[in-house]
Amino acid sequence: MPLHPLVLSLWVAAQATLVSLVVGLPLAWLLARKELPGRDLWTVLILLPMVLPPTVLGYYLLILIGRGGPVGQWAEALGLGRIVFTPTAAVIAAFVASAPFLVRSAQAGFEQVAPTYAEAARTLGRSEWAIALTITVPLAWRGILAGVALTFARAVGEFGATVMVAGNLAGRTRTGSIAIYDAVQAGRMADANFLALLLTAMAAAVLLVLARLGRGTGW
Amino acid sequence: MVSLHVDVRARLGTFELDVAFEARGGITALFGPSGAGKSLALRHVAGLARGREGRIVLGERVLFDAAEGIHVPPRDRRIGLVFQEYALFPHLSVGSNIAYGLHRLPRTERSVRALELLRLVELEGYADRTPDSLSGGERQRVALARALAPEPDLLLLDEPFAALDFRVRRELRGMLWALQRRTGIPMVLVTHALSDVRELADRVVLLDGGRVVASGPTERLLAAPGTAEAAALLTGEDLA
Repeated sequence: MPLHPLVLSLWVAAQATLVSLVVGLPLAWLLARKELPGRDLWTVLILLPMVLPPTVLGYYLLILIGRGGPVGQWAEALGLGRIVFTPTAAVIAAFVASAPFLVRSAQAGFEQVAPTYAEAARTLGRSEWAIALTITVPLAWRGILAGVALTFARAVGEFGATVMVAGNLAGRTRTGSIAIYDAVQAGRMADANFLALLLTAMAAAVLLVLARLGRGTGW
Repeated sequence: MVSLHVDVRARLGTFELDVAFEARGGITALFGPSGAGKSLALRHVAGLARGREGRIVLGERVLFDAAEGIHVPPRDRRIGLVFQEYALFPHLSVGSNIAYGLHRLPRTERSVRALELLRLVELEGYADRTPDSLSGGERQRVALARALAPEPDLLLLDEPFAALDFRVRRELRGMLWALQRRTGIPMVLVTHALSDVRELADRVVLLDGGRVVASGPTERLLAAPGTAEAAALLTGEDLA
């Protein structure tokens, strides 16, 4: 049975989710502050990948990280080699497509934390950095965790942008979603069935986690 | 003795705050009806709001000077604030709430000091409780202990008894008065209850519509309000 595409999907999605957390949490925190200049413009820029057709996203990424693109040339000059058609390209595609889900969900989480908690912490002499880590993030954890689940699910499901920048190389960049398409094209319906059922089960598990969070029953 | 001089002009939406008052040792009450600007004045002293014009000085330290462009951030003001709804951190235990402002102490000393403060507000044995398991009066005492923990130069209290019933209110007034005398930390409390002013305040500042109507030692002001406007504010029982 072709398990490699699924393992690759999980591994790519896990890395994309981690990068989304590192990049997205500070962005979400900034966007949750009403005094941020140009807040609407930032919101549009950050959420755009959510509504763009994935192939458009993939096209832009190709221009950026392709061998002739600025990031692609820069990476090769640094001796990192080619990015396109590698698993790294799949991670980049999954990250760009899924990070907006984390930002949006975490931002909603941050906005629900009453500002008086941070104010109280300020009068107790704590720095903004310490307040973010000890007060704001722990109080917004529900939104952040929901964001992680959505981001991971979206990253696992990434197809259009991934196929454009990472291609469909068996055993290298062929993720679960792409492997299903490939199996159907080749008439291998048993493989397609197997992968589809496993991906469905994973998606259902993510929804279950979200439902539990929403009900507030905790863990 | 550390004294506080406040002179602030600020605008919040359509509300215009224009207040000048001072607080010396003991307890000073900012008294007035709701919407008078009492809580807003307190936020300016704490540094959580920034005025358009004016100057705030605590002892020798200039905390705010619009002309000089000085605005000391709240974390460097050494001013404690007890919030109206207490603002206890819901995810931290009572002990951790109190120790939150003790980050400059070595870790081992923090819990010792937190326990000391719990004893001070008569809540021994409460260190491991969560804020949501406490009564209103208990929350108020934890908030008080938390604000006193870093040994501030000044303690501000925003409507400290508003949410409490009569009996708890009387108890806590007694505790606050005793704490002030024991620690010597000057306190400024915001209230719309004349009974708080009578029983606690050494000095009172009367506020209405964002302006100071009158101010002075409590007994003198209660006996001779000076103006009809001040008299009207002081004759009613507790203001709405």
